[in-house]
Parts: sequence; structure tokens; C-alpha cells
Amino acid sequence: MASNSTAIEVEHLVRRFGDIEALSDVSVTIRKGEFFSLLGPSGCGKTTLLRIIGGLDIPDGGVVRIGGVDAREIVAHKRPVNTVFQSYALFPHMNVSDNIAFGLRMKKVPKPEIQERVKRVMNLVEITSLGDRKPAQLSGGQKQRVALARAVVNEPQVLLLDEPLGALDLKLRKQLQVELLSLQRRLGITFVYVTHDQEEALVMSDRIAVMRAGKIVQMGESESLYEHPQTRYVSQFLGSCNILDATVKQRGTTDAIVDTPAGQLRVEYGLNPPNVAKSDKFTLAIRPEKVTLCGIAEGSGENRIKVRVEELLYVGSETHYLLRAGPQKLTAQAMNVKVGSQGFDIGQEAVAYLPAAGLLLLDD
Amino acid sequence: MRRLTLPLWLISGFLYAFMYAPIVVVIVFSFNSARHGGPWMGFTTEWYAKLLDSPDKITATNNTVILAVVSTIVSTVLGTMLGYGMSRYRFPGKRMFSWLMYIPVVIPDIVMAVAMLSFYALLRDWLGLFQLGMTTMIIAHITFQIPFVAIVVRSRMVGMDPAIEEAAHDLGASTWQTFWNVTFPLMIPGVLAGAMLAITLSLDDFVVSFFTTGPGATTLPILIYSSVKRGITPDINALSTLIVLASVAGVIGATLLQRPHRQAGGG
Amino acid sequence: MANKQKDEVQFGEQLTSRGQFLRSALTSGPGIFWVVFFLLVPLVSIAVISFLSRGMYGEIQRPFTLENFKRFIGFGLFGYDPLYPLIVLRSLVLGAATTILCVLGGLPLAFFIGAMPVRFKNMALTLVLIPFWTNLLIRTYAWQILLAPENPLAKLLVLLHLSSPGEPLYPSAFAIYIGMVCDYLPFLVMPLYASVEKIDWSIAEAAMDLGADGWRVFWHAVLPQVVPGLVAGIILVFIPAMGQFVIPDLLGGAKTVMLGNAIQQQFLQSRDWPFGSAITFLAMTLVMLSLWLYARSAGEKGGDIL
Repeated sequence: MASNSTAIEVEHLVRRFGDIEALSDVSVTIRKGEFFSLLGPSGCGKTTLLRIIGGLDIPDGGVVRIGGVDAREIVAHKRPVNTVFQSYALFPHMNVSDNIAFGLRMKKVPKPEIQERVKRVMNLVEITSLGDRKPAQLSGGQKQRVALARAVVNEPQVLLLDEPLGALDLKLRKQLQVELLSLQRRLGITFVYVTHDQEEALVMSDRIAVMRAGKIVQMGESESLYEHPQTRYVSQFLGSCNILDATVKQRGTTDAIVDTPAGQLRVEYGLNPPNVAKSDKFTLAIRPEKVTLCGIAEGSGENRIKVRVEELLYVGSETHYLLRAGPQKLTAQAMNVKVGSQGFDIGQEAVAYLPAAGLLLLDD
Repeated sequence: MRRLTLPLWLISGFLYAFMYAPIVVVIVFSFNSARHGGPWMGFTTEWYAKLLDSPDKITATNNTVILAVVSTIVSTVLGTMLGYGMSRYRFPGKRMFSWLMYIPVVIPDIVMAVAMLSFYALLRDWLGLFQLGMTTMIIAHITFQIPFVAIVVRSRMVGMDPAIEEAAHDLGASTWQTFWNVTFPLMIPGVLAGAMLAITLSLDDFVVSFFTTGPGATTLPILIYSSVKRGITPDINALSTLIVLASVAGVIGATLLQRPHRQAGGG
Repeated sequence: MANKQKDEVQFGEQLTSRGQFLRSALTSGPGIFWVVFFLLVPLVSIAVISFLSRGMYGEIQRPFTLENFKRFIGFGLFGYDPLYPLIVLRSLVLGAATTILCVLGGLPLAFFIGAMPVRFKNMALTLVLIPFWTNLLIRTYAWQILLAPENPLAKLLVLLHLSSPGEPLYPSAFAIYIGMVCDYLPFLVMPLYASVEKIDWSIAEAAMDLGADGWRVFWHAVLPQVVPGLVAGIILVFIPAMGQFVIPDLLGGAKTVMLGNAIQQQFLQSRDWPFGSAITFLAMTLVMLSLWLYARSAGEKGGDIL
């Protein structure tokens, strides 16, 4: 099972706090060198999973293997993993250099080597000039970098990050996302990254595990997760989605005709034919950016629905339209690619095109 | 309410005057040349000079300092260990003991004093040890100081981010390394605050000392009390003035010591 | 439960329940032992002694008896005499009155310090801290000087017809009250001021905007916010005030014996330790009762005393 390409294996992990099951039977394999994200709302168990991997909590059942070794056999403070804490947890009485050197000092690394490595890491995260400052004298972004440097300097097999950007403002977040990603690529360390921010997870991760109530509900590469969510929960949590209640009218091998409140639609399910029969009710979803809005003149044809523009939000690069087709509300996003105004106005009649390949059949 | 109105100034001014009247009168009368209190008879410093060649007052000062220093050292060590242990580890009966710790805070001094007095008497009957004196007084002071130190240290520990110690372990520090490199340095302000409280309580205490002391082990508060019972004399005022000045210096010193910390924390 | 035996990770450190106990014993152990042996056991022994009898030469001896408590209630050798119930009542009244007076003085003082400009705030606070840390004995006996008939304060009071020339200001109940309030005022101001500093004034401003007048704003929007500090202050004043022995001893006379003095008399003068223990035991019960009443009424609201 434990091949050379595996960094962490988690099998049937269970953790209870009183009557609450924070983790119920979670299994996941994290590959060497990948950027792996645990995504979910607060209380879904993602931090608990991270803490168990890091040895800061003990499971009630199941196994964690780090580099093929059962974690129970490694004393917590000897694990080849390091954590970047949400609160940074810098040592307030030490300056930046001493904070970063701490792990190496504890391992009795020779002094000249410590100096060398601390200096190199400080350059890497661009805090070279801050060595003598105390944590209280640093900005949020600087503290973040120190926390990162303090962990990375130990060259761990796996770096665990618990919402490391959670306390920063949006602009700094975006900037550090890019830096963190390029740092991970350069060092080749496995990153396990906990976040509740779906956009952050999409931008940074090689693979994402979406968690809900102590379980992993779907796991996969960012793109496949976004394009092919299996449940309504994942489709809503990862990006936004139009949801339509649908009834199967006619089922084919690669497609089906369904009835929705907005009218009749054809759905192409391609490679993963869903387990639905005629007259079954299920949830149909489509991403807003897959919905094309066109003039009333192009109004006929497959999967074209007459709509009325109820509201529009102009966000610069794109425009969001809130549409209504009979009782059904829809959202469409259009990139503002053309020069000059080309949009629709509030109250205007239009036609929304819902491509058959863009429609998703979901479990609830 | 947030403004300094005239009535507020007047009331507060009066209350300050009320609190300071006894302190001021002691200082003023320590310079009064009248031999038996009484009205003002003229300025003199002879009472201060007299203090220097009265052996009982010098002995009492020595006793007070020895009592305060010894009891503070012991209670700070034990109280710090207790406060740390209670904030970190579980043991059977912990809840009940955390209530018990508040006994010296809430119980009247005299109750504690007579309880210790009778207990020492019982021990003396059985063991022949615990003759009243310096030792019994030191033990008594340590007893009421420990809980105060422990409460101060514990509240400091509870306010600490647990992730800081987790980070130390995460970075490969053993329990011992974590304690000495991270936990203890962060505890120091709490330990110092506890020690300050302990030494002040000891210096101020009269009731417990009065009941648990024995022949020859007179402290300044006991000396002042027994002198005052016989009638206030100017040299007692001089002695009290020096004690007041020491307290003032202590308070101002402590305030100045705390100031840089507060600024760093606020930034 | 099965998982009680399970290891735990606390503060990054993995411990078995055996390890927990061992660590407790090594850290808390000595302190717990000391406090239990030198404080809890003595307090319990006081309770036991209160049921014993006094021997000829003041020694404690059997048989166990309720005599001490009977005597306390007033059934002594010479018929009914409510001496001790009156002492309890007097002490309770003294404690309560001191507390009320300290609250009345402490509220304006705490708000005064809170309203001071930042530059002078530390000074105003230090000026309260100095009496707080100054020996209570000194601040008490000084009132003997202040209230002496030949000194200005007494003469002023006579001039204002607030006291008559022949009647000394001390020893008296009046002197005790003066001394009590003077000594305990800082104990109420300190915790109260800590609460005043934490007041969210926007609530008061909102009430002001809604048209409430000054007193109603104070009563409904400001006072509730300082309740934790006020309660801590009240406990710090009421309980020690009730058991005070030095202040009544130095400023009061034979007519103003309080619980503290009664205890002291039995232990040091009459050498009737069983009876003294009975008084102490009842004083202790009174304290616990008031704390229990407070804990019940405050519920979760009450803050830490320190």
C-alpha cells in the first residue's frame, strides 16, 4: 500500500468529542510533493484531521501513516511534519531569528549551520531585514512569513497549514497565495492546507478534499471537482450554481430529456451516466458562467429558454444577470469582452442558452 | 458620566482627602516635638534619630524583612508550581481544590489566624514541635500566600495561546525543552506579579502574625499595635512614616516596572 | 466510559492518565499538600474543637458537647443573655453599612479616575493604590490622632455643632465607621475601576440618542456594565469588614465588640478555645453562607474575584 510516492495515509480515522463525531471514518492518501487542501465550513473536522496528522490530537480509531510509518510509533515532537498555525503562535519573547532557529536548536544542529539555514529561509520568504524584531513589532503579513519560515527551515516531509491566511486582508491574501504556491513548487515539500475559502483552495491546490460534518464528501483535482461536482453540497460550496428541480422524461445512453420549472432541457452526462430512470426527480445544476445570454431573435432551438432580466450586477470584467423564466430563477455571468456596451438592461426579454454538456445531475 | 463635572471633582477630592488624612497626619505628627501626641508643639527630627538606637524596633524590622522574604520565596515557588499544574493537568478533586484556593482570599484574617493557632497547639501537644515563634509565623504566611500566587499565575497561564506550546512541541522540543524555552519565560510576568502580591500581603499582615508568633518574634505591625494600645508615641509615628514611604516607593516602582509591558501589549 | 483511559494530547504533549496524575503530583502536589495540611485541616479542627469542652486551666478536653453553641445563642450560666447574637447582628450591620458607604463613595471615585485624561489617569490610580497597599494598622491608629479632642477635626465638628464638646469622638461607633470606610474604600475602587475602564460607552450614547436623561442612562446603560467589578469589590469589602478585629479594637470601646473581637477575647484573654472555636465556626458559616448566596444570585455573571 505504502508506495514511494505516498506522503501520508489516513485510514478509517474516527475522532469524537463527547457526543459529537468530529471525524467519522475518514480515509485519504496524500501524495509526495502535492499541494493538498482540506476544504469545508468551520466545524467540518478539517482542523481536527490536520491536528491528528501533526500529533496535536489523538484519534479514537483508525491509523495515520507518515512516510509509511505508523504515526503512533513516533513521539509527537519527533514527527517529520511541521505546522503553520492559524494564530501563527510565534514565541513572543524571542526575536524573529530565534523563532526561526528554534526547531534547529531543539534538534541540536551545529550553530554555524543553524545561522546558515535561518538566513537562507529568511531570504526565501523575504524577511531578511526583520531578524531582530519581536513578533509584537510585526504586521500580520510579516508574522505569517515568520511562521512559515519557522516551519520550513526544518525541511519537514510534510508541512501542515491551518488557515494560514485566515487573519489577513483580501489583498495581502491574494499576494501570499501566489507566494505560498511558488514556495511549495520550489521546495517540493508536501503541503496539507486547511481552508474554508473555496477560491483559495481552487487557486492553490493540486487536489482538494471537500469535507462536511466529519466526512470527506468528494475528493479530486481542482478542475474536475469544479466541473463535475457529485453533490448539490459540493456544487454550492465550490463556486456557485443554478439549481433546478428536474424530472426525467426520457432517458438515453449518453443523455436524457428532463422537465424543469424553466422548461424542457436535454442533459448530456457523458462519461458518468447517473443512476436515474424515467419519472425520477433529481437536482439539475449549471454554473452561471456556462449560461449564455443572447438576444430574443436567437430564441428557438434546444435548451434555449425565454427569460426576463430582473437585476444586473456590473462587476467590471464581467456582468452578473439575475434572470427569471416562469417560476425559475437563474443567474448568468458574462465576460465583458467586447469594447463598448453590449449588455442587457433590467426588464429586457432575452434568451438563455443552457448547453447540454454544462448541465449536471447531482445527488442531494 | 464620562465628563469631569464640578460635583465629581468635589466628591473625588473629598474622598482622596479622606483616604490620605490618616497617612498625612502620621507623617506630620512624626515631626511633632510634643512627647505624648497632643497638639502641635514645633518641628523636630529627634524621633527619627531615636529609632536608630532602639533595639526592639531594629529587631522588629529585621524580623519583618526575614518573614516577608522567606515566606515570599517559598510561596512563590510552591504557588507557581501549583498555578502551573492546575492550569495544565487533571487530577481527582481538582474542582473542589480550586474552590478551596479561594479560602484565604475570602475568609476574615482572624478565622485563619485562630485556626492556625489551635492547630499549632494540637501539633505541639502531640509532637512537641511547632513552638510559637518565627517558624510558625513563616509557615502561616506561606499558607495564605500560596493560593494568591497560584491564582495569579494560573490566570496568566489560562490567558496564554495554547498554540504557542503546541508550536514548540511541533518544532521538535521535548516537554522539558518546551517548558524552559517557551512556557516559563512567558510565565515570568505572572510569577513576578504573584511574588509582589505575596510580599505585600506578608508585610501588611498583622492579624495572622499576632496569633501565630511567639516570644521574641515581634514584627513591625505587632510592635506598632502593642505600642498604640499603650498610647501613641511620636517615635511610632516616625516608624510608621518610614513604612508608609516604603509602601509608596513600592507602589510607584511596581507601576513603573509594568509600564513598558503595557505599551508593548497595546501596540 | 471506555475512552477515559485513553491518552490525550494537551498543549502538544501526549499524556496517559497516569502521566496526568504524575505531573499533577509533581507540580501541584506540594502546594496542595501545604494548603490542605496548614489551612484546611486547621479549619476543620476548629469545627471539631467547637464541640469540645474547656478544662480548668484552659485546656481542651472531652466530652463532646453542644454547650458552646447554646452559650453562643444566649443560654449561659446566668439565664438568657443575647450578648453574642447582638454581636453577630452588630458585625453584620457594620459589614453591610461599610459596604454601602464604600459603594456610594467608590462609584464616583472610579468614574472620576475613568474620566481623567490619559496623562493624569495613572496618577489618579496610583493615588488610590498607595492607601490600598499601605499598612491598615497605621491608617487605623492615625484616626486616634485625627479624632483626638485637642486636634482641629474635633474642634471643627464642635464648632459646627456636629458633636458636643464633652463627648469624645473616639472610642465610639462613629470612629469605627470612619476607620472602616477609610480603610476599605480602596478595596472597592480597584476592581470597580477595572470594570469602568471596560465600559462600552457607545451603549450609553445610544441611550442618550434615544432621549434617555442622565440618570436613566446611568442606571440602565452604564451601571449594568460595571456589575462584575462592583460585585468583586463588595465581596472584598463585606467579608473582611464583617470579621474585622483591629479597627473595632483600636477605635471602638467595650460597647462596640464585634465578632473579630469576641474571637480574639476567647482565644487570647479568656483562653476558652472551645467557645472561641464555636464563634469562629459560626463566623465561617456566615461567610460561606453569604458567598453561597452571592454565587446563587450571580450565577454565571460573577467574575473572578482577583
